[in-house]
Amino acid sequence: MDKKQMELLQGTLDMLILKAVSLGPLHGYGILLRIQQISKDRLEIQQGSLYPALYRLEHQGWISSEWGESENKRKAKYYRLTAAGRRKLQTEAEKWNRMADVIAGILQSTPEEV
Amino acid sequence: MRFWNRIWSSARAVARRSRMEREMDAELRFHIEAFTEDSVCRGVPREEAMRRARIEFGGIERAKEECREARGVNFIDSLFEDLRFGLRMLGKTPGFTVVATLTLTLGIGANTAVFGVVNSVLLKPLNYPKAEELVALHQVAPGAAGLADFETGLLLSPSMYFTYAEQNHAFQSLGVWVAGTANVTGLAEPEQVRTVEISDGVLQALGVPPEMGRWLSPADQIPGGPERVMLSYGYWQRRFGGDRSAVGLNLTADSRPREIVGVMPQGFRLVDAEFDLVVPLAFERGKLILAGFGYQGIARLKPGVTPAQADRDLTRMLPIWMDSWSNGPHTDPHVYETWKITPNIRPLKREVIGNASDVLWVVMGTIGLVMLIACANVANLLLVKGEARQQELAVRAALGAGRGRIVRGLLVESLMLGLLGGTLGVAFANGGVRLLSALGPANLPRLSEISLDTRAFGFTVLLSLLSGLLFGLIPALKYSGSRASLALGSAGRSMSMSRERHRARSVLAAGQVATAFVLLVSAGLMIRTFQALRRVEPGFTDAKHLQVLRVSIPDSLVKEPERVTRIQNGIVDNLAAIPGVMSAGFISKMPMEGFDAPWDAIYARDKVYSDDAIPPLRLFKQVSPDFFRTAGTRIVAGRGLTWTEVYRLRPVVMVSENLAREMWGTPSAAIGKQLREFPSMPWHEVIGVIEDVRENGVQEKAPETVYWPSLMGDLYGPGNLGAVRTVTFVIRSERAGSAGFLIDVRQAVWSVNATLPLASVRTMQEVYDKSVMRTSFTLVMLGIAGGMALVLGILGIYGVISYTVSQRRREFGIRLALGAHPGNVLKMVLRQGAKMALVGVVIGLGGAFALTRLMTSLLFGVAASDPVTFVAVAVLLILVALLACYLPARRAMKVDPMAALRYE
Repeated sequence: MDKKQMELLQGTLDMLILKAVSLGPLHGYGILLRIQQISKDRLEIQQGSLYPALYRLEHQGWISSEWGESENKRKAKYYRLTAAGRRKLQTEAEKWNRMADVIAGILQSTPEEV
Repeated sequence: MRFWNRIWSSARAVARRSRMEREMDAELRFHIEAFTEDSVCRGVPREEAMRRARIEFGGIERAKEECREARGVNFIDSLFEDLRFGLRMLGKTPGFTVVATLTLTLGIGANTAVFGVVNSVLLKPLNYPKAEELVALHQVAPGAAGLADFETGLLLSPSMYFTYAEQNHAFQSLGVWVAGTANVTGLAEPEQVRTVEISDGVLQALGVPPEMGRWLSPADQIPGGPERVMLSYGYWQRRFGGDRSAVGLNLTADSRPREIVGVMPQGFRLVDAEFDLVVPLAFERGKLILAGFGYQGIARLKPGVTPAQADRDLTRMLPIWMDSWSNGPHTDPHVYETWKITPNIRPLKREVIGNASDVLWVVMGTIGLVMLIACANVANLLLVKGEARQQELAVRAALGAGRGRIVRGLLVESLMLGLLGGTLGVAFANGGVRLLSALGPANLPRLSEISLDTRAFGFTVLLSLLSGLLFGLIPALKYSGSRASLALGSAGRSMSMSRERHRARSVLAAGQVATAFVLLVSAGLMIRTFQALRRVEPGFTDAKHLQVLRVSIPDSLVKEPERVTRIQNGIVDNLAAIPGVMSAGFISKMPMEGFDAPWDAIYARDKVYSDDAIPPLRLFKQVSPDFFRTAGTRIVAGRGLTWTEVYRLRPVVMVSENLAREMWGTPSAAIGKQLREFPSMPWHEVIGVIEDVRENGVQEKAPETVYWPSLMGDLYGPGNLGAVRTVTFVIRSERAGSAGFLIDVRQAVWSVNATLPLASVRTMQEVYDKSVMRTSFTLVMLGIAGGMALVLGILGIYGVISYTVSQRRREFGIRLALGAHPGNVLKMVLRQGAKMALVGVVIGLGGAFALTRLMTSLLFGVAASDPVTFVAVAVLLILVALLACYLPARRAMKVDPMAALRYE
């Protein structure tokens, strides 16, 4: 694997999953690929932790699932975003952005400013 | 919303367990295969691709377990596990389980039974459609002393009823009624039946349709019209066997034929009155005066009208009433302004329940306290058990069980115990409710409606769970946090007692003593009340040997007043001639008989009265000669009546001692004074002063009473005689109450006139017992609660001390081996127990001071903070507690040092 890959920050996997399925229904493996693709392979995702996260999100009602057919004609379980999930994604994204701004602001501050 | 979503999702996951597992398998397999395919496409050999896919994925089983966890399957799974484990633990300690379950069964059962009664009597709405609109036309009249007491207020007069019924804006319908009796003849033996006489508007207000036939109609209320009657369901069944053709038949009530027009349905009562017949009052409107305040008013409010608005409506009509009617020529209708009549209508339910709610809430409260003690006891047992299980819990904690999980496990166990106790408690309560209905005061309202309904069962379930939580939480929190290493290290060897370890249990035991103290003080106060009641002289003696019965001679049977008196005289003579009878007499009403007698004002010749004020009202009674001697009522001054005076219509009268003192200072000063009821009446000379009689029960003040002869002349002009027609005969005999005696008594009455029914045949003792029933019922209930509290509380202390002693065996052994005197060891243990009891008593003192104040209305002749009761209970509790400690303490003293040391 590439040395440049970063480990995922704790708690961000849920947000990434929601983002991934917000672009259209996907099966578990598809979600993995989608995240890697969007992040241009810069994120490392533990495959084993992907499914518990999916189950948890479904349990909480953010996403829903149904069985469908994959690109190569195989049965696969597809996840899609629910209305509640969409709202959740929005608030999480806002929170993340605010947090990122604050952190960035702190890190960029110069000695004179402090 | 989302909460339910999650529950649903968990439930689905558990219910479709195997399907979820299959789908999870398929989903993960698809992932790995898809990954493999992609690698193969990029040119990796299949074998190698598969290997890499698995490595990349990580532990499949762990992922699955985490998925299950995410779904909440594990929570429910482990709950089942806890349940199974809990059941096994309960089964493994049968002694503990049986004792704890029994304690809870008693506690929950008693509480459910009492709640069943409270619910049926106090909480459930009355058995009428839209019962919340029904009101009793209660009114107070502070200016009419005697006539309007606090409890019943001023009743309505017929003229008041007509004014209210015709002029009001606030009511849908309104009527008055009164309970009475009637002689029914022609159906088998003559029988005296209970009647309710009603005006138009009463049945309409209550709104309960008849079982068959029709209601009494306005046409049936016309005096001189055809006479009609309705039957109660019970009377219809009893006398007509439920025959539907009874409607239309004639029934002879008080020697007059009345046509039966309908039957009221089963369970129908008029407010609190049970009855056999409903008879129309049929007031003669033209003859009505303002007075005659003898009728209960009942009405249905118009929708949206509040009682306060209705009160204003009634207040508005009072002047109209005074202007529309009169008490006869030369009387001022506005004298009633001095009575300060104030309408104060009350919900009908309150009227029905009366003062029963005081008793029931006090009983509910005390039984609730017993439940607290029971919970404390079970908590104590659990703490003992927890001590023994510390090792097991420590092992579980060491193996990775979280604190929450252990708390939950212990709580599941105690909740199961609670539910077990609750289940058995319901069976117990069923019997208890039956016992309560049997024990309950005969005048407990709605007695026939008492049952355990869904609300009572809901209460039981809630109580079971709450108590399970209550007694389970203490040990669960205490032991879940035990440091694993410590407990594991010390396991197998019991240390000498550490104070901290027993603190929880000592606190519980002291709490139990405190609660028991409160309950025993309440029970003690009731005992003192009962004693005080017994000491009161009621105005008759040796009630066991006083036979009473009521006989009524309607004017449709015997018209001439003098003949009525002759018949009554004949009955008295026959009764007195029965073997074993010392004397006999009669009176218009015996004390405590539970119905009202007439009241009116009297005027003394030697006093001056102003025109605009009515003097205080006095209770009027009519008596026969020999009555006072028979009843054992003392003649304080002067003498009693003779038959000669009765028949010669001599204007003589007797008064009660309190009346004599009020008017003339001393009883002897009253003799020879003259008084009358109204101006056209001749002056009557006072010949005797009679001791005060507790007319309305021993708790109530004796009313000022005037005793007239049973036959009086010239009442409304010369030759116009009046005789009392319904009287209570009183017979003094050692044989009173026996079956043989009653046969003789009936014979004595019927040999004078065979159509006269005997009603309310009782001994005066029964009448007396019934009047103190409220007190004795409360006494029995509080006695039971206090007894349970004492036993449970003492068991608590005994348990703690006994366990401590067994834990400290080694220590005692060492002390004894080192030369300690066995007596010192005994003292040490006793001191520990006494400390607990003392702390409990001190807390209990405070609690009792605060709580017994709530039962003031039930007490008589004793203060709520009666020092005798408080001290006696404190001494009793400490003594019994010391006794409970003495048994284990003696065991401690007898510890064999060698055996104790080797035992470890």
